[in-house]
Amino acid sequence: MSRLHLYVLTSTLVCLGIAIFLYRVLAFGFPLVPHEHGQVWLVETHISFLAQDKPVKIKMYVPRQGAEHRITNENFISREYGMHIRKGGDNRWVNWSIREAQGLQHLYYTATVTAGGGVPLIALETPPPADTKLWTGSRRAAVNAIVTVARDRSSDASNLTIELLKELNQSPPSDEVLLLLGKKPLPEDKAALAVELLAIAGVNARVVHGIQLGEQRREAPIVHWLEIFHNSHWGAYNVTTAEKGMNANYLAWWRGNRPLITASGTNNVQANFSIMASRPLALQAAVEAGRDKHPLFVTFSLFGLPLESQAVYQILLLVPIGALVMVLLRNVVGLRTFGTFMPVLIALAFRETRLVWGLALFTILVALGLSIRLYLEHLKLLVVPRLAAILTAVVILMLTFSMVTHKLGLERGLSVALFPMVIMTMAIERMSVVWDETGPFEAVLQGWGTLMAAALVYLVMGIPLIGHLVFTFPELLFVVLAVILLLGRYTGYRLTELRRFKALIRGFQTSSSGDDNVV
Amino acid sequence: MTMLFNQFRWLHDNGILGINHRNTEFTLRYNSRRLYPLVDDKLRTKEIAQRHGLKVPELYAVVSETHQIRNIENILKNHKDFVIKPARGSGGNGICVIVASNGTLYRKAGGELLDAEALRFHFSNILSGMFSLGGQNDRAMIEYRVRFDPVFEHISYQGVPDIRIIVFNGIPVMAMVRLPTRDSGGRANLHQGAVGAGVDLATGRTLTAVMKNRLISIHPDTGSDISGIIIPYWDQLLRQAAAAKELTGLGYLGVDMVIDRNLGPLVLELNARPGLSIQIANQSGLLPRLKAIEKLETDEMTIESRVAFAKTHFPSSISRNGAN
Repeated sequence: MSRLHLYVLTSTLVCLGIAIFLYRVLAFGFPLVPHEHGQVWLVETHISFLAQDKPVKIKMYVPRQGAEHRITNENFISREYGMHIRKGGDNRWVNWSIREAQGLQHLYYTATVTAGGGVPLIALETPPPADTKLWTGSRRAAVNAIVTVARDRSSDASNLTIELLKELNQSPPSDEVLLLLGKKPLPEDKAALAVELLAIAGVNARVVHGIQLGEQRREAPIVHWLEIFHNSHWGAYNVTTAEKGMNANYLAWWRGNRPLITASGTNNVQANFSIMASRPLALQAAVEAGRDKHPLFVTFSLFGLPLESQAVYQILLLVPIGALVMVLLRNVVGLRTFGTFMPVLIALAFRETRLVWGLALFTILVALGLSIRLYLEHLKLLVVPRLAAILTAVVILMLTFSMVTHKLGLERGLSVALFPMVIMTMAIERMSVVWDETGPFEAVLQGWGTLMAAALVYLVMGIPLIGHLVFTFPELLFVVLAVILLLGRYTGYRLTELRRFKALIRGFQTSSSGDDNVV
Repeated sequence: MTMLFNQFRWLHDNGILGINHRNTEFTLRYNSRRLYPLVDDKLRTKEIAQRHGLKVPELYAVVSETHQIRNIENILKNHKDFVIKPARGSGGNGICVIVASNGTLYRKAGGELLDAEALRFHFSNILSGMFSLGGQNDRAMIEYRVRFDPVFEHISYQGVPDIRIIVFNGIPVMAMVRLPTRDSGGRANLHQGAVGAGVDLATGRTLTAVMKNRLISIHPDTGSDISGIIIPYWDQLLRQAAAAKELTGLGYLGVDMVIDRNLGPLVLELNARPGLSIQIANQSGLLPRLKAIEKLETDEMTIESRVAFAKTHFPSSISRNGAN
């Protein structure tokens, strides 16, 4: 009875999942495989601020068409705000205004950015010469010294720019640079200073602010470049490496020395850039097609969610896959691990640390934690205080580890903070109980099993095809669920039971056939 | 690959019960979850066993509150020897056997001496759930120390050997004796290194034995022959095991008993998820026997007829082979 019930349930789930899946593939042409060079990005700017019952005006720069990128499908999500888009010089901006607003406000700007096919930005007329700032005293002397040296070493505006940037980036910095920029200058400070210095030398320059399109990011930083007007067009220079030319996939957002957002009626405006890549054109087209035919389809799909949540779901949707791998490892293979789903959580941490670092960090942390735990055994502590003590020790270890690796320049070591520490504590505690009761061998064996399971789960979750399929076709989770349910009634032997019953197999065959060599 | 497949085939053909199969087809199906507390808590097991007229080791005291630990000497003063157990312990963890005491010092079965302070620490570990499943708070029970029957004198090391009988729908299916060794630290748990010897259900005679998944015929510490020993009170043991069905309502369970030299068979504990190594000790698979029982209408059968069924239908194939 329960078997029949299970089969009906699982076949319904499989049919449902496959039906939706096929419908979306055949009717809308959702792509089955991830696009290797999906040169399309979704960029989202999320602005939030606290309104105080006053009129609010927000001016924010938005990107404009450039030579390398085409911007399509822009959306301004602003509810009852009035909105105007303005253009001026090489910039474009949006003005949002509202007469009265209260509480936390959210404004979104989203755009689809496609690589290539854009219109090159041609300067129609020579820009007016830049104003030079008035420098006084020692700063004036420093500015002149830097410009004079650079000018002596160069033949034209391009060389001059490179020489100036080299000077600004020299390590250790010269006294002049130190005076003007301070000890730890930010790239944008350097860019702003370079613009001033070039103006003194008679070169028209400006700062470009933009974002680097690449892997998906939830909090993308603003990256600054320098542009000079030379031979009747604008040429770009990297502020920190002093190299000519723009990075590939750099999206210029605005130019000049104004901030991204100017606001009146409120202060403390937060802006956050999210970038989402790997959305190939085919997929985009499929979503568009779906939107026209069945608006509900898109509304109730992942593509209707804000980008930030989409990025979260790209990871969350992989968790059931990890769980399925764990079911296979535990019930079909018979691998013993600490905690049922601990390896999945560790594997999620591996996504940030990368595999080799993750394995190393985990091993070191658990080994140190375990030695502390075994030492605490001598103190005969009560259970809960002992667990709390291990938890504290784990946090201290993580902190120490981060500081040491940072000093050594191994930035990956910082990612140790991403390990779920309560879970680590439980792992250490359980490992030490097993250590006490059945010996180090069993404890190390189970620790090893946990680590291997985590590595395998990480590798499976990292297969691009799987990531693409579950994100594009979340309905396939019904199929995953069906497989998990079926495995829930799996009655076959576990692989490790072969070892367990080995004595039985051998004994049986010797006693029944009298032949020792049959196994 | 084919070798792997052949081995699986072999296990299947010989009716060896695997852990997945046990869980899905037997424990999950015949053991209702709400009955588990009856067997997971040894105090409750003891209580219902006594109510049904089964003999159990006498309970001296229960320590359930932390403040009781302070005057533990007072609680223990009337007893020279006793056993301390966590009520919800599993796998023999947290069990402490005291063989002698003079009111201030306590000697453990291994010879180690404990003072009252060390004993108090052990009690507080038990109460805080160190040995219980899931780490929940627990109670400590202090009970009669079993003096095992002389028949086991030469085949056990330090601890008390116990008899495990698997019972399905009230019918004994398979049995083994678990003999403590030096490796197991005097405990009678197979995964800790105790010896498991199969027992012929029909006669109560021990068969071959297994230790750490290896077949053996002599006890590793005493050097005595394990097989061929007739276990006393065998019919009584079978009847007590069969009665566990009415006791708990559990369809598939393991009954653990000991034989005291003065009191006879005593029920120690019941297990709702008994292990599978008993198949190695008996050199036979559980599945054919379980399937034979599934075909029966067991509800109408008396304890006597269930025991008789087991004795006629499940004699050891090994003992017959041995006679050849």
